[in-house]
Amino acid sequence: MNDVVLYTVLSLTGIGLLAAVVLYYVSKKFHVTEDERIARVEAVLPNTNCGGCGQPGCHAFAEAVVKSGDLSVLHCPVGGNPVMKQVAEVLGVKTVEKDPYIAVVRCSGSFEYRKKTNVYDGAPSCAIAAQLYSGDTGCAYGCLGMGDCVVACDFEAMYMDEKTGLPVIIEDKCTACNACVKSCPKDILELWPKGKKNQRIYVACLNEEKGSTARKECAVACSGCAKCAEACRYEAITIDHNLAAIDPDKCKLCAECIDTCDVRNIIATNFSPEKLLQASEHRQKREERERKKREEEKAKAATAATNPETPA
Amino acid sequence: MKKRAFHKELKTFRLGGVHPQDNKLSATVPLAQLPLPKQVTIPIVQHIGAPAKVVVQRGDTVKVGQVIAQHEGFISSNIHASCSGRIGIIEDVMDSSGFKHLAVNIRVKGDDWLETIDRTDTLVEEISLSRDEIVARVMEAGVVGMGGAGFPSHAKIKVPEGKTIDTLIINGVECEPYLTADHRLMLEKPREIIVGVRILMKALGVSRAIIGIEDNKHDAIELFEEWLREGKQIEVQPLEVQYPQGGEKQLIQAVLDREVPSGGLPADVGVIVHNVGTTFAIYEAVQKNKPLIERVVTVTGKDVKQPSNLWVRIGTPVIELITAAGGLPESTGKVVSGGPMMGKAIADLEVPVAKGTSGILVIAQAETKRTEEYNCVHCGKCIEACPMGLEPYRLLLLSKAGHSEKSKRENVLDCIECGSCSFVCPSNRPILDYIRLSKTKLKKLK
Repeated sequence: MNDVVLYTVLSLTGIGLLAAVVLYYVSKKFHVTEDERIARVEAVLPNTNCGGCGQPGCHAFAEAVVKSGDLSVLHCPVGGNPVMKQVAEVLGVKTVEKDPYIAVVRCSGSFEYRKKTNVYDGAPSCAIAAQLYSGDTGCAYGCLGMGDCVVACDFEAMYMDEKTGLPVIIEDKCTACNACVKSCPKDILELWPKGKKNQRIYVACLNEEKGSTARKECAVACSGCAKCAEACRYEAITIDHNLAAIDPDKCKLCAECIDTCDVRNIIATNFSPEKLLQASEHRQKREERERKKREEEKAKAATAATNPETPA
Repeated sequence: MKKRAFHKELKTFRLGGVHPQDNKLSATVPLAQLPLPKQVTIPIVQHIGAPAKVVVQRGDTVKVGQVIAQHEGFISSNIHASCSGRIGIIEDVMDSSGFKHLAVNIRVKGDDWLETIDRTDTLVEEISLSRDEIVARVMEAGVVGMGGAGFPSHAKIKVPEGKTIDTLIINGVECEPYLTADHRLMLEKPREIIVGVRILMKALGVSRAIIGIEDNKHDAIELFEEWLREGKQIEVQPLEVQYPQGGEKQLIQAVLDREVPSGGLPADVGVIVHNVGTTFAIYEAVQKNKPLIERVVTVTGKDVKQPSNLWVRIGTPVIELITAAGGLPESTGKVVSGGPMMGKAIADLEVPVAKGTSGILVIAQAETKRTEEYNCVHCGKCIEACPMGLEPYRLLLLSKAGHSEKSKRENVLDCIECGSCSFVCPSNRPILDYIRLSKTKLKKLK
């Protein structure tokens, strides 16, 4: 009986030792020396492995950044500038400041404005609904409301508003990782510069139909009337495919376009009502001035035409 | 069940398959003509391949059979005016695919046909055209596969270079429950279909044709055996009642015991398959010079008052068909274009009938409701049911996880979207929906 115990212990110890030797040898033989900076960079990164930077995860980002040493291309949107500053310190290179982004919902077609024309009861996923048909409302461009984006969000920065049927982004939590943008089959979500004082202006509609058709489909659809484009002093708004598009690089956040939209579908976030009112008055005064100027010029031209011989 | 009068052995495909309830409510209802609608909306894209180019303008007057959109390239198809009248608005409208596509609206006035079309019922048996002329005529007539896929037929008649075709199979299976359009056509136009088969044989240069018919259509099998008793080139092959017997690859396997390779075409194994509806359309195109402007549509459903088989002009709004069959029942939950297995619910009753619309099925709310989805219990029923030998449950998981590449390695592109997996799943998982998602993603990546 004792023999059995003895042999068992001995043989197992023997196997264990042998394995230890083999493992030791293998670990020495195939040892990979990794740049120690990779671990240090990884330590300062958020380690959420969200993939927002374009790399498969934080370790891959650390490797890439150490290898290239160039911070102008690689940027961690989640950590933002503070984290990138630390990364720059680790690498001993100059930090590159980048404007922070945030996801915005470019659809305002809530239940109230966009009536349902049919009922979808298939698999609860926007991606599946989108490949089956154009949607359960008249608008083929709008939000499908099944929340693929909310599922895709790793930061709990989104939820579906039950009253409107549209996704809502929680500003403080959104890290601009791009996951929701990729998940949306209708491309409703878009990364937008977060803006000074968290203020930003965008058009919350993607409907490319002609104005009359678009308004039939959704009461707040952009009809491409171009009033906002006319009002913009910085040429930041263009009309393309019956749709107003704001160029965030040109937009100076003057907010003068907001009340030109007859369905109020140019969204201005974090602007105080007073500021918007002020902007509106400012625009009206400016337009008044311009109109007067034009009239004067017209009158001048008319008098010049009636008295051609009078020397100027 | 009625005793079989024929003695041929029943054949079937090797893998998988399911047995949904037949529900062929309209099998005994003769074909009838649907009265002309007030207006038709003819989609420009009713086929696979390049979209046709519109050649009419708003306000033009057209005759029945006049080309309103010309094909662009070889894999494309002509679109003809199905009614005479004035061209209305040409704009994007919702069609049975669920998306908006360009369509031509015609406000119907009278029934004025082009003089070149032979509208009589007399059977023209003699085939005077040469092979190339047949292809040209079929192309001109805008005939596409009427089983649903809508592949331009002329492209299937022309034998691809470097391939030899030895057998033509005519698909008279109609394995979808409820649908009886092909069945009625076979019963009422058997001789025309046989001439159509001869035309196809001549164009393809084959000496053997087999008409595959499912065993639930005894009358059609007997009728064809009767007409084909003398010749030896065309034969009838009765097939077991099993879904999806009418799938192209399944039919080839059942009839000839040949397997189409993964990613390949029937021509790779020397076979071309045409549907009976298409065969009839080809007969009309070649012998009567009549383009594809109307087709048989089954309007059916358990609560529909008069399930019927109607000759319908292409572009007729679906609601007109339902009205002709006794109106939309109150219990309606879904209206499906096609059969219950592969058909697609339509979101708007104004969508037009297209060349590939074989049936309009009205399903009651109580029957259409999707039941709650549970976790996969790994019972393997979907694997047993899959006629292509895939692992549907795994393809669903891969699709959910977004691994399109991995599902490609699992041959997701071989899926024929028959829906057998979703049909048998005891956990009510939307397997086919997710498989389709993977397929769409992979096709986009190409």
